[in-house]
Amino acid sequence: MSTSTLPQNKDAVTYTLDAKLVSNIEKLADQFPDKHSAILPALHIIQDEFNWIPPESVNQLCDILDTTPNKIYSVLTFYTMFHTKPVGKYHIQVCRNVSCSLMGASNLIEHLTQKLNIQPGETTPDGKFTLSLVECLGACGNAPVMMLNDRYHENLTADKIDDILKSLE
Amino acid sequence: MIEEKKVLTRHADSPGMIDVKNYIKDNGYKGLEKALEKKPLDIVEEVKKSFLRGRGGAGFPTGFKWSFIPTDKTKPHYLICNADEGEPGTFKDRVIMENDPFLLIEGMTIAAYALQADLGFIYIRGEFKWIAEILERAIQDARKVNMLGENIMDKGFDFDLIVMRGAGAYICGEETALIESIEGKRGQPRIKPPFPANSGLYGCPTIVNNVETLASIPFIAEHGAETYKLMGGFQAAGTKLYGISGHVNRPGVYEYPLGTNLKDLIQYAAGGVRNDKKLKAVIPGGLSATILKEDEIDIPMDFDSCVKADTMLGSGGVIVMDEDTPIPEIALATINFYVHESCGQCTPCREGLAKIQQILKILLAGNGTIQDIDTIIKLANTIDGTTLCPLGEAGGAVIRAMIKKFRSEFDALVS
Ligand SMILES: Cc1cc2nc3c(=O)[nH]c(=O)nc-3n(C[C@H](O)[C@H](O)[C@H](O)COP(=O)(O)O)c2cc1C
Ligand code: SF4
Ligand code: FES
Repeated sequence: MSTSTLPQNKDAVTYTLDAKLVSNIEKLADQFPDKHSAILPALHIIQDEFNWIPPESVNQLCDILDTTPNKIYSVLTFYTMFHTKPVGKYHIQVCRNVSCSLMGASNLIEHLTQKLNIQPGETTPDGKFTLSLVECLGACGNAPVMMLNDRYHENLTADKIDDILKSLE
Repeated sequence: MIEEKKVLTRHADSPGMIDVKNYIKDNGYKGLEKALEKKPLDIVEEVKKSFLRGRGGAGFPTGFKWSFIPTDKTKPHYLICNADEGEPGTFKDRVIMENDPFLLIEGMTIAAYALQADLGFIYIRGEFKWIAEILERAIQDARKVNMLGENIMDKGFDFDLIVMRGAGAYICGEETALIESIEGKRGQPRIKPPFPANSGLYGCPTIVNNVETLASIPFIAEHGAETYKLMGGFQAAGTKLYGISGHVNRPGVYEYPLGTNLKDLIQYAAGGVRNDKKLKAVIPGGLSATILKEDEIDIPMDFDSCVKADTMLGSGGVIVMDEDTPIPEIALATINFYVHESCGQCTPCREGLAKIQQILKILLAGNGTIQDIDTIIKLANTIDGTTLCPLGEAGGAVIRAMIKKFRSEFDALVS
């Protein structure tokens, strides 16, 4: 796994799970008939903490859940929500599926690439924004739709996007 | 005119229902109360008689599915609620979970009693983080009032629930992939048989049902199969959530009796095509349902009528396109989705869909030939019947239908 050189990265030492997170994951594992079921929830916890899944945390997770890095990586790389590399502080994910396309998603994507000066899949050099295109977000009645980190923004227009970006400055 | 019927959405406009006290005050948990007076198998029978069919896409009769669970219990039984809501064009299950979480929890508790399940899971798509939190709070509250946990309603029945978030894989909506995912694995569909009812989660008897299916159970338990059947048409009982999106005046989720006419739904529920445009095409049941032309939509929206029209009710996600919509571009957005979501296990799905995508890109760039169009159809034909799960076949079939029904638009790309 590549460790990143993006500027917002903290020192690798900070990528260890503290005692509280470790105990949270242990508690979580206890509620399942098989503790491997805790892999996905634990990865969510780790990503909530670091914004991505650092290799150090995977090693710790192996100890807690009694498994191997191989197994964890084979799982986590299957799921698009997990990042094996750091993403920007603000992760913008625009839906490109059919209902959103019908309602003008491609214009919004164009607008965002111009505003942020990056292509989908890229992160701004200051590490602030990552732009991704994703499949249907389950909000088609309010298309077009994007996620900004954990939050949905619906019925988007170029103006609305400008307002949202401005509020992040 | 058509008439709305609010069973699953009766609380959609009353924000207080995420409080268990309000839910109970508004006649909540009446279904569970009645169910716990009966024998588990009597509930399975009642659900069979209700003609309830699964709302997750395939329309499998729910009571019939439940009857596959062994009655002599030798292992734990599990109940899984499929809240993956991944089918493009679908945004209906969230309406229940966001507004009326206890309706789902009550439905699951009744189902668990009928199936003698010890533990239940709600597997919700990872992006719906705030909805997972609503459900988790609701589960804690239900435990506090003795509606979950040990000795529910003092009737000696134990059952508990765990919410589990997916992580962005559409294929995890397929029930055996979902089970793999809960087990902490890559979400790749299993070979069937064995079916989950015999060997599912952790190798134990397991039932997977959609949110809307399970949320229909309290009504049946409270009012009985006969009353439930009064809604909907022959062999198409109950109500259905129809999510309508695309070029309409009022996109949204609407609850109508199963079998309500598609044309009427678009016209009256969703207010017709917006900007005074003409209708061009409709995808009636989520992206995996084949497209219908404007003159093919005068059909009842139930499982059998949709099959007769060579498409499917699927999730009831209706995607509406006006006269200006370029179908080849929709085809590209569609194939992009399937290629992205293929789990890669079956060669025809993995390679065949990627090849279709590649050719479509060439066609749309203006570099294609007539033969390319026919090649896509041939590729789709070769995928038919050769894949482990329906994803691969669906990906090819929906593109094939777009080409067959709107051939001139594809031909225009090469002339
Ligand atoms: C590729 C694929 C994706 C699916 N996605 C979903 C989904 O998001 N939600 C759902 O309830 N069912 C989905 N299903 C259907 C499930 O496999 C299963 O049939 C359903 O959850 C059973 O519930 P029901 O009997 O209540 O309909 C999907 C099936 C396939 C093949
Ligand atoms: S058909 Fe496609 S998605 Fe389904 S199991 Fe095969 S490769 Fe995976
Ligand atoms: S198509 Fe964009 S949210 Fe469904």
